[in-house]
Amino acid sequence: MKKTWLIAGSSLFIAMAIAALLVMVHPTLAGGAETKGSGAEVKVDNFTFGPDTLTVAVNSTVTWLNKDDIPHVIASNDGLFKSKALDTDQEYSYTFTKAGTYAYYCSIHPKMVGKIVVQ
Amino acid sequence: MTKSKLFDRNPNGLIKHDHNNDGIDRRGFLQCMAWAGTGALCLIEGGVLKSFAFGSPKASEPKSDKIGGLTFVQISDSHMGFNKPANPDVVGTLKAAVDKINALPQQPEFILHTGDISHLSNPEEFDTVDQILKGTNKEIFFVPGEHDVLNDDGKMFRERYAKNFQGSGWYSFDKNGVHFIGLVNVMNLKAGGLGTLGNEQLEWLEDNVRHLKSSTPIVVFAHIPLWTIYPEWGWGTEDGAQALSYLKRFGSVTVLNGHIHQTMQKVEGNVTFHTAFSTAFVQPAPGKAAGPGPMKVPADQLRSLLGLTDVNYVQGRHALALVDTSLA
Ligand SMILES: [Cu+2]
Repeated sequence: MKKTWLIAGSSLFIAMAIAALLVMVHPTLAGGAETKGSGAEVKVDNFTFGPDTLTVAVNSTVTWLNKDDIPHVIASNDGLFKSKALDTDQEYSYTFTKAGTYAYYCSIHPKMVGKIVVQ
Repeated sequence: MTKSKLFDRNPNGLIKHDHNNDGIDRRGFLQCMAWAGTGALCLIEGGVLKSFAFGSPKASEPKSDKIGGLTFVQISDSHMGFNKPANPDVVGTLKAAVDKINALPQQPEFILHTGDISHLSNPEEFDTVDQILKGTNKEIFFVPGEHDVLNDDGKMFRERYAKNFQGSGWYSFDKNGVHFIGLVNVMNLKAGGLGTLGNEQLEWLEDNVRHLKSSTPIVVFAHIPLWTIYPEWGWGTEDGAQALSYLKRFGSVTVLNGHIHQTMQKVEGNVTFHTAFSTAFVQPAPGKAAGPGPMKVPADQLRSLLGLTDVNYVQGRHALALVDTSLA
């Protein structure tokens, strides 16, 4: 079973048609969350961090758990921490010893971003 | 895990109406260009897209023009090591792709693999793919996907597939008068951004094409689409437009990508953008699921949504014909 594309010229129509097809909805954003104890979890699911902003106390350990069928890599924007590739159901933990806001992302899917607020 | 309930591709070919009997199905237009439907041939000539049901007399026309040109095959996203419900047998489907290649009536001169060779960058995964692809007896050119450079900044990939190439593994070569450029856009990705080529590679590219005649047909291949398909899912390249600006003066530019596990095509001026099937699993159409992860499809449909791209260049013509062949 085949489909052939043979191109011998431009077509504005094609560009417009593709544009029409690509009108989409933004995925909804996960809300923030607050945790007091020394352990807190961020779930990585459907290419999003849940919650995308997590507030923890100083000396808290944050664990990221990958629930996707695709690996992800947790990396802080400033290079402070970076996990190995996390396959499905694998996790990565990092302990935050200083107050501050730590922005991080998935280094292979950089549209995935999150924040840990340490108070 | 099925991450999408929406599965709305037309599995029965694309041309449904041809009231004018001219082979042009105006209502079927969108489907014809957009998705990996099967059993149809799309021909764009003078800005008009014509589509024919595959197997009709008209459909064989471009085929006879192939002689004296260049034929090659693109495969992509073999994700060796993946074993989830979306495809528990990626070995089997890659072998099926090899069988398809070996059965092509016009044998390709070589193969391009546009990345995500492996799922987790494990050496055994690369070994398995190499072993299976040996079955084609063809020279293979690779560019990395993000799954091939997971834990070592691409060191293993470069040692295996890009030893004598530039930077993180970009290169060019010439075949039958066509200039091929393999680019790497999966390294050093910035938070919040898309695929990235980076300044060093862009400078190399500008220099690489400087000496070429504008009549030289150009084929650019890279993992992540160089055109922005759906930025919300990272389906695009930050500095892709910059790269394409160096190719503006060329009469024929074909950009071949993978990453999105579905076929899509766009034509802009002299540039044709095309994405290939995966040989491993299907991903949802842009925005049609909560995320871009692997999508489980009915088992009897899987192989009709995996496949390869067969590319034909006819000397003296600007056109490169792109044929998406499914594994079904
Ligand atoms: Cu990721």
